[in-house]
Amino acid sequence: MESVTPMLEFKKTCISYTKQTMAVKYVSAAIEKNTITAIMGPSGCGKSTLLRAVNLMHNLYPNIRVDGEILLNGENILAMEPIDVRRRVGMVFQRPAPFPTMSIYDNVLSGFALNGIKLSKAEKDAIVEHRLRSVSLWDEVKDVLNKKGTFLSGGQQQRLCIARALAMKPDVLLMDEPTSALDPIATKHIEELLLELQKEVTILIVTHNMGQAKRISSKSMFMYLGELVEYGDTEKLFTNPVDERTKAYLTGKMG
Amino acid sequence: MSDKLYKIILFVAALVMPVVCGGVFYALVTDAYEAFDYFGFLNFLTSSEWSYTEGNEQYGALSFITGTLMTTLLALIFCIPLSLPVALFVGEYFKGTKIASVLSTITDLLAGIPSIIYGLWGFYTLRPIMISLNISPQGSGVLTASLVLAIMIVPYAASLSAEFIKMVPTDLKESAYSLGATHAEVIRKVVFPVAGSGIFSSYILAIGRALGETMTVTMLIGNTNNIPNSITSTGNSMASIIANQFGEADGLRLSSLIAIGLILFLITALINMIGKVMIKRARIV
Amino acid sequence: MNNLKIKKRLVQDKFMCWGVCLLATLTAIPLFAILGKVLLSGYDQLSWSFFTEPTPTAYKAMKAIEAGEPIPGGIANGIIGTMIMLGMAVVVAVPLGILCGAFLAENSKTRFAQFVSYLTDLLQGTPSVIIGIITYVWVVVPMKGYSAIAGSVALCIMMLPLIVRSTEETLKILPASLKEAGLALGGNKARVMMKVQLPSAFGGIFTGVLLAISRVIGETAPLMFTALGCSFVRFAVDKPISAVPLLIWEFFNDPNLQELIWGASLFLLLFVLLLNLLSKYIAKKWNQ
Repeated sequence: MESVTPMLEFKKTCISYTKQTMAVKYVSAAIEKNTITAIMGPSGCGKSTLLRAVNLMHNLYPNIRVDGEILLNGENILAMEPIDVRRRVGMVFQRPAPFPTMSIYDNVLSGFALNGIKLSKAEKDAIVEHRLRSVSLWDEVKDVLNKKGTFLSGGQQQRLCIARALAMKPDVLLMDEPTSALDPIATKHIEELLLELQKEVTILIVTHNMGQAKRISSKSMFMYLGELVEYGDTEKLFTNPVDERTKAYLTGKMG
Repeated sequence: MSDKLYKIILFVAALVMPVVCGGVFYALVTDAYEAFDYFGFLNFLTSSEWSYTEGNEQYGALSFITGTLMTTLLALIFCIPLSLPVALFVGEYFKGTKIASVLSTITDLLAGIPSIIYGLWGFYTLRPIMISLNISPQGSGVLTASLVLAIMIVPYAASLSAEFIKMVPTDLKESAYSLGATHAEVIRKVVFPVAGSGIFSSYILAIGRALGETMTVTMLIGNTNNIPNSITSTGNSMASIIANQFGEADGLRLSSLIAIGLILFLITALINMIGKVMIKRARIV
Repeated sequence: MNNLKIKKRLVQDKFMCWGVCLLATLTAIPLFAILGKVLLSGYDQLSWSFFTEPTPTAYKAMKAIEAGEPIPGGIANGIIGTMIMLGMAVVVAVPLGILCGAFLAENSKTRFAQFVSYLTDLLQGTPSVIIGIITYVWVVVPMKGYSAIAGSVALCIMMLPLIVRSTEETLKILPASLKEAGLALGGNKARVMMKVQLPSAFGGIFTGVLLAISRVIGETAPLMFTALGCSFVRFAVDKPISAVPLLIWEFFNDPNLQELIWGASLFLLLFVLLLNLLSKYIAKKWNQ
């Protein structure tokens, strides 16, 4: 059953900031459940734009137009209510951004608070512990849950943001270069975490770092100038790319 | 000109501030001394008598302190539901657009209108409305003065609050959206908490402006030397009693008026200092 | 159930957006109400003689009202008085304010500069009626009389902090390379300030001066105890003198002269608003 309908599918998705130029051109790709898919490409290739469209972030900015279809479990999200879509699709941004006025505890639960969902104290405690454990942050912060999230290190903050996104039980987790602001050790931590997390959520990650894509993803996309140049098994894309442009990028002859 | 002479000239020019401020404080204290000495400092603050019958002069500041606090507090209450939407309009909903700059130009112009013209407008437009609504028989009083005062301080509160609302990082707002929040929820649960201390301090500074506002209040508060017993009754503020009586006063009454001036000066200085310190803190965070 | 909640939240969201827009637009109403009131009541009073003739006496005005004629005279004494006092205040406050602002910009880290900076805020926040009291004590009492000089001292004290702040802020945002380039070319600090920094900051400082003028030109309270007022055109600086806001206050208090309020207010209001718009325009041009 599950293999019939992909978790997420782009169908001729086009995104434009101005009338003349398209940032993303006719991207079509199907993404399977419980996989990690990496999106690579030189800066300005439209990879972040494509990723953000899955969370309807473009709705916040009136100039951006999205055409084509983006299907989540077979439903076109472009025709759905943004707040409904965003609850089913989580997002983690480049720079860790825990809410500075909330404690670590409240940060994990912020999705519920923002959506006006009331929980009992026991439910809250359970969710906080479960999520912090699943991002392996629990042991580090269990005694300082009432401290502000901004006191944590960059890597810890980013894991807190992942926990915050996971707390809403999203079907898909989008990650926009989540480790580019972190040091190598924190990056390694997060990569291990993602490999663990793909059991419960489908991950789509934009990355600059080819090594990272190779280490964690099972599928990879390569985008260039808004086009999806190549999409397939990471293994194959790295060892035996079909397109010249992919080859050039992987050998460092491009961006 | 040598570097040394240049430095000296700049230094001397900068000395003008301590000299003026020191002079203000010194002159207020020395000329208020007579009144404080005669009535006693605490007594002067807590007495609401104001009578200049010769031989039995009685002056106290309480009525006017109450009048000032009442008008300022009411003005603040009326100001919030107007200035906060303006700040959100300019700093969040229409941030950086043409329509936002039109609205901020309008509020800037509102800030530029001389207070005597606000007073005239209040007297000839708002006061008749208050009378026809049966709010108070003469139409003037604390409430009328506060309403106009509120309009006068909207621009200050709004432009500063908007600055802090604009500074809320996009990352945070997008994070909240990505968790499924609506715009209203992002504003209530992310923008307000993050910009809160800045918004709060802009209201403190707006209070600082309202405290010393003279002509508008003088023209609208009704000028009676008593503690206003309700928000629709008449009274006098510290600034308005000075404006009303300074020209004709001498001796003990003049000194009492200057004493009221000193109290007003100290209160505004304190409020402004608190506001500035809070703003600096809010900017760092 | 789930669907209903989303609908409710979306309605709340719309409600908030419209509420904000509605209340924000409401704020524009007072500006237009005041402009409208002053314009409609005042436009027919403006005439050539309104600007060239001094205020009539209450008796003359009463006679004219009884005869059903328009009140003779105008606000020439106020305009001249405002110009004289403002002129004297500007001549002192602008250079002094610029130098003080330059001091703050050059020495921003020292204790003394921080103290001066704090006092500038203090003075800027001081109610104008208190500036009036002070000038009365400092100038009117020693000179044994109200005078244009006293009025201009009050205006000068009020303008100073505004000019200091705008100079300091404009100088601070100039690129450091500008000053360094000047110094590297062998200019000393004074020359670099005069020939490079101040000219580059001219737009910001000029805007600040215009705003300072527009702020004090409508001030009434401090002039009541310093310039006092005068019913004829006068150029002597050691005698009581009138000013446009003072005249408005007089007209407000004198039932016979009330007809003149709106013409004088219209003149003052338009002048202040134009100065404001002009300074905004210059600031915008200069920033480009």
